[in-house]
Amino acid sequence: MSDNDKIIDEVTSSEYKYGFSTEIDADTLPPGLDEDTIRLISLKKNEPQWMTDWRLDAFQVWKKMDEPEWANVHYKKPDFQAISYYSAAKKRNIESLDEVDPELLKTFEKLGISLDEQKRLSGVAMDIVVDSVSVSTTFKKTLKEKGIIFCSMSEAIQDYPELVKKYIGTVIPKSDNFYAALNSAVFTDGSFCYIPKGVRCPMELSTYFRINEAGTGQFERTLLIADQNSYVSYLEGCTAPQRDENQLHAAVVELVALDNSEIKYSTVQNWFPGDSNGKGGIFNFVTKRGICETSAKISWTQVETGSAVTWKYPSCILKGDNSIGEFYSVALTNNFQQADTGTKMLHLGRNTKSTIISKGISAGNSHNSYRGLVRMSPRALNARNFSQCDSLLMGDKCGAHTFPYIEVKNPTAKMEHEATTSKIGEDQIFYCQQRGLSTEAAIALIVNGYCKDVLNQLPMEFAVEAQKLLAISLEGSVG
Amino acid sequence: MLEIVNLHASIDDNVILNGINLKVNLGEVHAIMGPNGSGKSTLSNVIAGHDGYDIISGDILFDGESVLDFPPEKRAHLGLFLSFQYPIEIPGVTVSNFIKTALNEIRNARGEEPLAASPMLKMMRDKMKVLEMDKGFLSRSLNEGFSGGEKKRNEIFQMAMLEPKIAILDETDSGLDIDALRIVANGVNSLRSKENTFIIITHYQRLLDYIIPDFVHVLFNGRIVKSGGKELALELEKRGYDWIKKEQE
Ligand SMILES: Nc1ncnc2c1ncn2[C@@H]1O[C@H](COP(=O)(O)OP(=O)(O)O)[C@@H](O)[C@H]1O
Ligand SMILES: [Mg+2]
Repeated sequence: MSDNDKIIDEVTSSEYKYGFSTEIDADTLPPGLDEDTIRLISLKKNEPQWMTDWRLDAFQVWKKMDEPEWANVHYKKPDFQAISYYSAAKKRNIESLDEVDPELLKTFEKLGISLDEQKRLSGVAMDIVVDSVSVSTTFKKTLKEKGIIFCSMSEAIQDYPELVKKYIGTVIPKSDNFYAALNSAVFTDGSFCYIPKGVRCPMELSTYFRINEAGTGQFERTLLIADQNSYVSYLEGCTAPQRDENQLHAAVVELVALDNSEIKYSTVQNWFPGDSNGKGGIFNFVTKRGICETSAKISWTQVETGSAVTWKYPSCILKGDNSIGEFYSVALTNNFQQADTGTKMLHLGRNTKSTIISKGISAGNSHNSYRGLVRMSPRALNARNFSQCDSLLMGDKCGAHTFPYIEVKNPTAKMEHEATTSKIGEDQIFYCQQRGLSTEAAIALIVNGYCKDVLNQLPMEFAVEAQKLLAISLEGSVG
Repeated sequence: MLEIVNLHASIDDNVILNGINLKVNLGEVHAIMGPNGSGKSTLSNVIAGHDGYDIISGDILFDGESVLDFPPEKRAHLGLFLSFQYPIEIPGVTVSNFIKTALNEIRNARGEEPLAASPMLKMMRDKMKVLEMDKGFLSRSLNEGFSGGEKKRNEIFQMAMLEPKIAILDETDSGLDIDALRIVANGVNSLRSKENTFIIITHYQRLLDYIIPDFVHVLFNGRIVKSGGKELALELEKRGYDWIKKEQE
């Protein structure tokens, strides 16, 4: 992160204001989920009636659904009546870094995170740096001049209801899956972004910048719309380890790429994975999908190192002719982590193209599965897909699994699928050591080389952080 | 500088080195010759600290200090470099990134600041010029898809960048055509000084026409059975290894 980013971040994170009237003064709802809970969430957020109805409808759908069993992950299912579905972001009462888990601080140090940033991430109360307010203002001004909307979902529902109403749930319907339905009923906040026709967003949009970043909660909802001929690169997450008292996270991200537009969506996910025995980590059940109209392009890039259980398939509906979908993924699991991740490329339009590059790294006792679907519909003349799914194993207690699903209903479609499984060779490590690298530095170098095709897709600064993150996540896993 | 004392080593219970004694001083060039399977690569690996071998007895000293307990990287930090007989591929890691990482790890271990990007690049360019290497080399994936000759040249390039005190060249000449051989030899000769030492492992005399050794040793069945000056290499070239074998029987 550049200094500017940090400054903006400090400013914005300390400026958090709640965007609803406080007729009801309780800050946290008691655990439990029924229609009243949902009405209360909607009321607290001062939402219009259509939004409340939409949520209630989603709740009805959800009640009829079962939690999916098909993923290659094993965990104790959460008790959905034991969760509190609304909690205004509370400031944690930490006075100084001395009160923070020293393990966490060590990791911050290795990542090269500044002291101020460390304080922010671990919830230490901070004063605003007055000088830097202007930086944040400049940032907002630039976006405003271009007509770009970038705000919290709550604000968008208040300020741009017609846009939200038009697009929410169009890519991921309420009934899509168990977690998406739940999210639709109870989401508390998230990000909203709209890029107007013909506008090229001049900077990487990062959730870092946004006011309200804190407290988006466990049911986050993101909606990103790129109007015709526009371009945006969007960054989500951060490399620093994120802890949360909420074990279950079920986010929904919808992307709409209208004609000739391009969306690059990059994620670095580093939720707390649990301790080395697998206790206490976060369950991350995310639904991410984008729709491409004519000649539009969506690129998903993700680096997943965190969470105890990850269930995540960023997908593309290639609806328009000549549209392009890309999925670049690194999923690293260590200790007792489990990840079941991949993508779906649904080719509907003619001459649609998709690329899938998936790099799994498993260490310790972890399990890492790639699950991908490529579907070529009857109308998808000359559709093309290239898939490469590689697995790297470290040690012999971990597992890597690949589940490619291919449905081709059009004889002109072309598919290429490559898959490899490898181990880091002792001879590779020895070669590096002979050149002066420690075993850990050698592994970091080899792993980063292995992930290069994915890391290259990330914006420069993010890529450098992601490299460090991979190295740290593997520390102590060999030797 | 480097001293090997009555070294016995085995792998998977096969004894490969049977009492090696060798003393190498700064400013000297030693050649080690010997038939296939005599233990030349084993000796290099053991000196470099490969943990696949068991040291049965004996010692390896750098500047009088035993390095047997040192991991390979620590030996590298002390100035040891091994040009591998079979260099390893590391996909996705560019030559420049690899060398940059190696050089800075070594500098760091010695308490020096990392070398900044622009002097690093300049140094790379200078060394590549001596070795008549193309600039495009730097952005290629390390040893991946390299021809045999390119791999060897890349080893010498790394050596030139890391400026070791003790360099062991394990059959760097095999797989090189005569032009490449000359270029590599020039590279080595340009690095020779009173501050370093080279151990050249080879089957053939021809590399020693370009890099003139001070001493030649013959390794056979894991033991140095003969040592002499550069004329010993010529004699081996003329007579082959059979007479050595016979002498041993
Ligand atoms: N892993 C191993 N297990 C058993 N024997 C081995 C192993 N590796 C090498 N050797 C044997 O050690 C001997 C010396 O090999 P090496 O050092 O490669 O010889 P050189 O480099 O002189 O050709 C050979 O007889 C070879 O077969
Ligand atoms: Mg050999």
